[in-house]
Parts: sequence; C-alpha cells; structure tokens
Amino acid sequence: MEDIMTVVDWSRWQFALTAIYHWLFVPLTLGLSVIVAVMESIYLKTGEQKWLSTCKFWMTLLAINFAIGVATGIILEFEFGTNWSNYSWFVGDIFGAPLAIEGILAFFLEATFGAVMFFGWGKVSPKFHLASTWLTAIGASISALWILVANSWMQYPVGMEFDPAQMRNVMDNFWALFSGVAVNKFFHTVFSGWALSGVFVIGVSCYFLLRKSNTDFALRSIRTGGWIGLAGLLLCMYTGDGSAVEVTRTQPMKLAAMEGLYYGQHGEDLVAIGVVNPDKKWDNDEPPYLWEISLPKGLSILARHDLDAFVPGINDIINGVDYTSDGEQINTVSYEERIMRGKQAQQALRDYGMAMQKNDSVAMQKAADALRPNFPYFGYGYFSSPGEAIPPVAVTFYSFRIMVMLGSYFLLFYIVVLFLAYRKEMALRNWRWLQIIALISVPLMWVCSEAGWMVAEVGRQPWTVQNLLPTVAAISDVPASSVVITFWMFAIIFTLLLAAEVSIMIKYINKSTKTDLSNPSKK
Amino acid sequence: MTLELLQNYWWVLVSILGGILVFLLFVQGGQSMLLNTPDHKWNELIVSSIGRKWELTFTTLVTFGGAAFASFPLFYSTSFGGAYWLWILILFSFVLQAVSYEYRKKQGNLYGTRAYDIFLFINGFVGCILLGVAVAMFFFGGEFSVDRSNMLTQASPVISHWDNPSHGLEAIFNWRNLLLGITVFMLARILANLYLINSVNGSQKFYDWTIKSLWINTIIFLIFFLAFVVVLFTATGYTVISATPAGTEIEITPFKYWHNLISSPSIIILLVVGVANVLIGICATLFYKGYRQGIWFTGIGTFFTVVALFWLAGFCDTPFLPSISDPSSSLSIRNASSSKFTLECMSYVSLLIPFVVGYIWYVWRIIDKKKISESDI
Repeated sequence: MEDIMTVVDWSRWQFALTAIYHWLFVPLTLGLSVIVAVMESIYLKTGEQKWLSTCKFWMTLLAINFAIGVATGIILEFEFGTNWSNYSWFVGDIFGAPLAIEGILAFFLEATFGAVMFFGWGKVSPKFHLASTWLTAIGASISALWILVANSWMQYPVGMEFDPAQMRNVMDNFWALFSGVAVNKFFHTVFSGWALSGVFVIGVSCYFLLRKSNTDFALRSIRTGGWIGLAGLLLCMYTGDGSAVEVTRTQPMKLAAMEGLYYGQHGEDLVAIGVVNPDKKWDNDEPPYLWEISLPKGLSILARHDLDAFVPGINDIINGVDYTSDGEQINTVSYEERIMRGKQAQQALRDYGMAMQKNDSVAMQKAADALRPNFPYFGYGYFSSPGEAIPPVAVTFYSFRIMVMLGSYFLLFYIVVLFLAYRKEMALRNWRWLQIIALISVPLMWVCSEAGWMVAEVGRQPWTVQNLLPTVAAISDVPASSVVITFWMFAIIFTLLLAAEVSIMIKYINKSTKTDLSNPSKK
Repeated sequence: MTLELLQNYWWVLVSILGGILVFLLFVQGGQSMLLNTPDHKWNELIVSSIGRKWELTFTTLVTFGGAAFASFPLFYSTSFGGAYWLWILILFSFVLQAVSYEYRKKQGNLYGTRAYDIFLFINGFVGCILLGVAVAMFFFGGEFSVDRSNMLTQASPVISHWDNPSHGLEAIFNWRNLLLGITVFMLARILANLYLINSVNGSQKFYDWTIKSLWINTIIFLIFFLAFVVVLFTATGYTVISATPAGTEIEITPFKYWHNLISSPSIIILLVVGVANVLIGICATLFYKGYRQGIWFTGIGTFFTVVALFWLAGFCDTPFLPSISDPSSSLSIRNASSSKFTLECMSYVSLLIPFVVGYIWYVWRIIDKKKISESDI
C-alpha cells in the first residue's frame, strides 16, 4: 500500500472537512427547530397572527439550513465505509447499530414530519401541523442522540468484547453505550445548538432593528430566541462541566492536551489565557507556555471538583503517575508498558490465527488467554514511541480556550440582551452599537461551536477508538491520490453550497426588512 | 433465535429497504426529465410534485446504508472502501440533490434555477445508474480480497483490499453492471411518469407528453431488463460450501442464479408477481386513457422484483458480493454479518418499522390529497 501516512492524513482531512461543514448547519437545525416549535405553540394558543408570521419567517430560514445539513450528513455516514473501512469492520458490530437505529427512528421522523412542517400549511389541521413541527424538532434531537452515542463510544469504548476468531469487537451490552460520556456529550451538544440558534435569532433580529423595520417582530423573536438560547447555554455549561469530569476519568491525555500541561500537581491551576511554546515536546525541558495567566486551582476544580486534587500532565500519564484525592500515589500503566503490552496482544492474535488455521484448539485457547489481559492496550501496539500517542497540543489548547471564552461572552450577551428586551426596550431599539455587536456575534457563535468539536475530536487523536484503534490502522485501501481528489471535490461543492445558503438567507432577510411581517397574508 | 435466522431476517430487511429505495427512485426519474421538458412551467410542475418526496428517497438511502453497516459490516467496509469511486460518485450526486429543491427558486441562490435543475438531472441520471451498478455487483462481483490477519501488518493494516487499481470505476464501465444500471434508470423514469400522471392535475398537453415519455421509457426499459435477465440467468456464480471464521469454501456454479430461482418457490412468486405488477401498471396507463393508478401497481411490482433480486443474490448459499480475484474472499450473509447479539438488539428496534411505515403512509396521503395543477404554479 502506498505511503500509508499520506492516505491517513488525507482521509483525516476529508473527514474533518465534512464534519466541520456538517456542524455548520446541524446546531442551527437543532435549536431553530425548537424555537419555531415554541413560536407556533404560542400562535396556536393565542391565535395571534403576528406569531404565525414570526414562526413562518424563522421556519423559512430553518428550511434553507435544513437541506444542506442533510446533504453533508449523508457523506459523513458513508465515509466510515469509504475512508475508514478497517474501522468499519473492527468495530462495525457496535458502531453500526446506532447509525441504523438513527435511520429507522429519527431520519424518517424528521423527513416525514418535516415535509408537513414546510409544505403542510393549510393542508393539515393547525394542531396536526404543530405536532409535526415538534416531531421534526424531536426527530432532529433523536438523530443527534444516536450519532453522539456512537461518537461517545469511540471516545470511551464499553459494552463489547474482542472476538479473536473474527478479528473484531462484538457488542455484549447494548445499554452500556449510554455511558456518562454519552449522556453528557448528547446534552452538551444539543443544548449548544439551542445556544447557537438563540444568538442567530437575536443577531438577525437586531439587523431588523438596525434597519428600523418590523421592530415588534424583532423584539418578539429576541425574547423567544433569547430565553431558549440562554437556557441552552446554561445547560450546555452544566453538561460541559460533566464532560470535563468524564474526560479526566476516561481520556486524561485529552485533558492534559487541552491544558498544555506536561507535569501536573495537586491544586493545579487553569490557564485562562496563554500562548503554548511551539518548541515544547514531551521529551524536552522547554517551558510549556511562552506566557500565561492562570486561575489558581482552576484545573483541579474543573477536572475533579476538588480544590486540591492532582491532575496528571502529559508526562505523568506517559510515566503512569497519578494520585488519589488523599494524595496517595496510583501507578497507572505507563505508555512504554502499554506499547509493549499492545505488541504482546498483537502477537497473541497472530498466534491465535495460526492456531486456527491448523485447527489446534489448545493453542487457540492459549493464545486467547495471552491476548485477553493485554487487549485493553491493543492499539498501542501500532506505536513505537509514547510521543505518537499524544494529540496535537496547540490546536486542542487554543480550541478549548476559544470555546470557553466565547461561551462566557455569550452568557453575558444573553443576560444583557434579555434584560434590555424586558426592562429597557427602547435601548434595544435604539442602541445601534449593541445591534451591530449582536450581528457580529452570530459568526462568533459558530466559531465557539466548531471550537468545541475541535477540542473533542483533535484532543482524542491519534485514536479513532480510544486505546484500541489508532487512525493509522483504521483506514481504507484507497490511493492517496483518490482521497486528495475527493477532498477537493467535497471542499469545492460544500463551499459553493455554503455560499449559496448564506446568500439566500441574506437575500431573504433583506427582503423581509422591506415587507410587513405583522400579517402573514402580506408576505 | 439462531444466528442464521437473524442473518436471514436482516438480509430480508435490507432487501425490503432496497425495494422501497428503488420504488422511491421515481423522484430521481422525474429529475432526469427536467432538462427536456417542452415547457419550462412543466419543470415547476414536476418539481412541485416530486419535490415533496425527495427526502423520503434520501432517508431510505441513508437508512439502507446504516442497516447495511450494522448488519453486514464486512460488506460496508469492503465495498465502500474498495469500490471507492462508485460510492463517492453516488454520494456526490445526492449532495447535489439535497439542496437543489430548496434553493433552485430562491432569490440569491447565486447559480440560477437552471444550475440547480442540472444538479437534479445529474442526481437523477448518475444516481440511478450507479445505484443499479452497485446492486449489479451483488451478482457479477468485484475484484477484492479479504485477509483479516492484515490487521496485524504495520505497513499495510487494511483487511479488505481492492485488487483493481481503478477502485470502482471498472465496475461502472462493466457492461453487465451497466445493463442493470440503465434498467434501474429507465424504471425510475417510468415510475416518475406514472407518479406524475397520478399526482398532477396537468393540462392535456402535459398528460400526452407524459404518456409519450412513458412509451419511450418502457421500450428502452424492456430491452435492457430482458437483456439483464438473460445475462443474469446464464451467468456463472459461486456457491458457498462452508463459511467459518477460518475461511470460506466456494464452488463455481454455472447458471447459478437460474438454479437459485428454480430451487426457491418464494423467489419465483416474488419475481413473477413483481414483474407482472410492473407491466400491469404500465400497460393499464398506456392503454386505458385517463387511468391514473398505475404508479401503485408498478411501484409495488418494483418493490417485489427488487426484493426477489436481493434474495437471488443473498440466499441459496450464494455470496452476495462475489470476489472475482479471490473467490474464497466472497462475502455472504454468513461471513459478513454482525454478531448474534447485535443483530438481536437491532431486531427489536426493527419491530418499530411497521409503525414508521404507517405514519409515512398517513402523512403521504394527507400531503397528496390535493393534486397539483398548473394553476398552482
């Protein structure tokens, strides 16, 4: 097979490209579908036409966004096969099930009732239409549930055992898929969609205020989107805290990379802002940061909810050092030993295969016995040095800070906007600078959201399945040249379609500033 | 339930999804007509009619992929990772489709309505043919080998190796695969004709144009379908003698699929009922002026025929993805499936499928209650 690392790198780039584009559209669908459902519920309860027109305006934007989210989603699903075929076999027995269930339970719900939501006005009763709108929103969240269960399983593989005869993992506990990692990730992700959509609604509404057009509609939208967005953000922060604890427990290397922390200590500080030293490596003595400002004991609180807890750094993890909350040293398995045991697991598997060919059941049993205790480190057998098992520190470090800082900014943003919307309405109507800030905040929210995914996905490198399957062993037998071509094919088409989506939205919003949105019949 | 029973059950479910998918390709068939309508208003009529169903086709394709992944992961990894270009081109055409319905008439869409209609045409034309090619590989195979021990080879750890350097392009240009590809494409156009006749209250001119198109599509379809049937039933295939984790023993069998057919009454019934229904729907529409229910006969017939083809490919000890270059690597429902536990878990979820079909049917009826007419455009 030609230049394996080139194929791995391009396959990773292609998957990252698809995932990044997909995540531009999905959070807006997750949140905006809830916001329009709430607006339509208010319309049905009050019978006021202004709510109908408000709901229809946002529903149109939802429809524009929905289609392109679907388009990028199908590529992601099939790329597991096209670009990660080894992965598809090695863990397909577990990973495939959530994808199939997603299709059966969620996609049809979204597609069927989405059609009623978008095309069913006047064709079905108002109550049936409202139910369809809610079912579309619920379908989107159920879809997210299954894909996030699958993603979480890759980060924290549980509920399976390895079958040496078939050279793959097989599921033995379905409910184990709903681990704490999965639950936190699901809620964190879905609520981040609410938070993003709230900012989108506020930003677009402030554009109406800037243009002095449909101001009542804008304020109505700000209040509805603001509350849902704020609720989403607060819940996102709460579940983010849960995620940090889970990451510390299940992926300590990711947490260390998020912090650029090489040697930990009790009562570890959290770097609030800083610049990582590009020359710093795990095996040199360079300082980890060029400069940094830290919050005392912040990381211990974040990671273990304990002021004085020990948080291991990259070198601690490599050396197999950790401490309990009582300060007692725990010897975890060092990376040198993991690599050795991974190679032993792979050798045992070779022996098993040879014994199976000879139909030698005694030798098979012996090999299986040798494999079992070392299998948790199977993936390390592909490495020759601990350094290969460290994620890119700088990208993870900066992504985490961008997410947290922007998230904090948006908390303030929501509080200010909602306060003004209820207590100082005239200020919100007239403060152009605030309206401009709200508008600029819209793309920043996407940066925040994408940064969150960067932390999750770059931080888990080099693994496709934590500890078991590194990316280098997960790929397909495809020439790098083919993947390069398809990468650019998708890059071009996704960019062209994104440009069209943004352009259509801007045109529609601009057009709507020139029409009266208080009466749907005039639309 | 035994593993064998679960494997059979999931092959039946995959077959059903395949059958529904091909039926729903009427959306693609309609899209393939967008560039040659004599009146551009008819484009709007066609898009308004089939545009309400595109997501069902799309969703069925995604679910088909998900079900194939979950139930037969070795197929997913071998075929998708090996016949790379075939699948990538299918996906690419569906990406184009997904946005086109929503964007084509929107102000600010940057590229104009015509560009999106071309996207829809590409999906209609390329998507159908390539899906047909992908299914044809179930019979005529691909050049691949599977060696699980590769997993332990550091320099090249991939289990499934595609032996042809064209990585799927060779399958697209294989004439036997293309026979089924074109058959599926023409069938999709026929289904689109029948769907439009059923759901559009168009002018007499539109009706006459659709009927004329149905004639042409039917003649071409019959030529390719009959050619495919002859090629299929005279083809040499493989019989699985034994399939164990240690390896699969294959026997080369002349007229394999003919033998499969005559040895399985259920497949004969499915195929005969399916083909008969396809023809009844077409003939009734062509010969009884004003008859508009042909879509249901032909649609149901399509479903049964596709299910019969899947059963021919996967049952009767037949590998559903034969390997031309290394017959013992051929994939069957026995050696490519998920574990008993996984198939069992998913089987419980699959019990919800009738409920899903039920609400889709209900919503379809409501949305289609009022037929679209030219005055609506």
